[in-house]
Amino acid sequence: MKEELFVSGRNIPNIDPFLNIWHWEIPLYLFLGGFAAGIMFFAGLFLVMGKEKEMETTVKWAPFLVPVALVVGLFALFLDLKHQLFFWRLYTTIRMESPMSWGAWTLMIITPLSFFWAASYLKEVVPGWKWRLPVFESFEALVIKYRKHIAWLAMGLAIILGVYTGILLSAFNARPLWNTSILGPLFLVSGMSTGLAAIIWMSKSHYERSVLSKIDIALIGVELFLIVHLFMGFLAANQVQVEAAHLFLGGEFTVTFWVFVMILGLIVPAFLETLELFGYKIPMWIPSLLILIGGLMFRFIMVEAGQITRYLY
Amino acid sequence: MRYAMAIDTKKCVGCGDCVVACQTENNVPIGFCRDWIVENVSGSYPNVEVELRSERCNHCDNSPCVRCCPTGASHVIEGGIVKVTHDECIGCGACIQSCPYDARYSHPDGYVDKCTFCDHRLAKGQTTACVAVCPTNCLYFGDLEDPNSDVSKALKNRSWKVLAPEAGTKPQLYFLT
Ligand code: SF4
Ligand code: SF4
Repeated sequence: MKEELFVSGRNIPNIDPFLNIWHWEIPLYLFLGGFAAGIMFFAGLFLVMGKEKEMETTVKWAPFLVPVALVVGLFALFLDLKHQLFFWRLYTTIRMESPMSWGAWTLMIITPLSFFWAASYLKEVVPGWKWRLPVFESFEALVIKYRKHIAWLAMGLAIILGVYTGILLSAFNARPLWNTSILGPLFLVSGMSTGLAAIIWMSKSHYERSVLSKIDIALIGVELFLIVHLFMGFLAANQVQVEAAHLFLGGEFTVTFWVFVMILGLIVPAFLETLELFGYKIPMWIPSLLILIGGLMFRFIMVEAGQITRYLY
Repeated sequence: MRYAMAIDTKKCVGCGDCVVACQTENNVPIGFCRDWIVENVSGSYPNVEVELRSERCNHCDNSPCVRCCPTGASHVIEGGIVKVTHDECIGCGACIQSCPYDARYSHPDGYVDKCTFCDHRLAKGQTTACVAVCPTNCLYFGDLEDPNSDVSKALKNRSWKVLAPEAGTKPQLYFLT
């Protein structure tokens, strides 16, 4: 039998330890992107369905979080760049093959859109609010007039943004853990669930909460299904992906992943939301907080672990 | 034209001259490098084998680093050489993540840097710095489409392998075995 005794591999002190080039900025950006996409999507959906009254938090209140999340997320992305003075180069070209390029463009459109959305409800949310300039008044009137169209656009862009947070990673075939197309839908669903968690937390209406909880439980179900498929795919794939899966099945990320993401981040909150639907009194901030922390952890773990999985060295 | 390099793993002694020549020629900052030596010992005692490889960017035919670059800073020039335009690079790190060979590094000035197959020397009709200094002549460089180039001849007479072909990037460094 051939046995590898010793591989010196590479040891370049200034390069190798820094090849894990993505730190907290990228997972935070992916989390906030998915979170914003989730809120945006459901705000658009319930507006188009004409449920503005019944689903007030979803349509009017929660969207105020979206511009904040997007701006913080974009700032995190900016911090991640090493050649920051040239960041404008992102916006001098569109490169369809590069997820980072079309993602940056999607954000360029959805961020102002989220500001308009929130601004158009400012008067309802803050009684007595007045725009200082008449231009704003007429612009607001325009946004309100075309709200339905904007809602459709917002839903479309939210899906693109949500999928993009996964595709950004899955496009890298050099990092076997990321290189699976399941990551796109998985991050989309997970992002939507974190968005819903925030809305459920904010909502005071029992009706609204129960509608959203039902959707959230379904989303968590889909998420669990996708995660199982993720691992089945890895275990049936080539050696590097089998090794990637083993990071979570006995390897160094096993405990963090199964405890914080799977159990505390998905299964427990789904269970609590179900109990609440059956009439048990559960403070809804508990499952919501668990989902948000779980979603954040999930992205940190995926980004971190993915950078360990390699072909060589 | 398709530039490529063949590396004779039986002749390489791991002296590191190619590394130093590249650092000098290309003003690579101290402590960084665009090419490196890998020493691979395999087998079980007493049947042990040593393989020494001088490695650098593979100038892949199907280069993921070029595809994922959001600004077009990473691009392919004549002869299939993959290059980075420094003042278009935003330092996002996407290309570093996309390279199965870890051939790229983040330059202290912020942009990403890597081997260029010394295209500035090729333009003058010279060969790459690493090939020029190798004391054992174990590096062969040239145009794969020209049957009389050093690299084509080396590949015709010897058996060879490429690294991580399963990554699907069609690498253009051929290791003679
Ligand atoms: S070796 Fe890496 S940097 Fe060089 S062309 Fe291939 S993928 Fe790009
Ligand atoms: S780090 Fe520079 S060269 Fe690499 S993908 Fe980003 S912009 Fe392109």
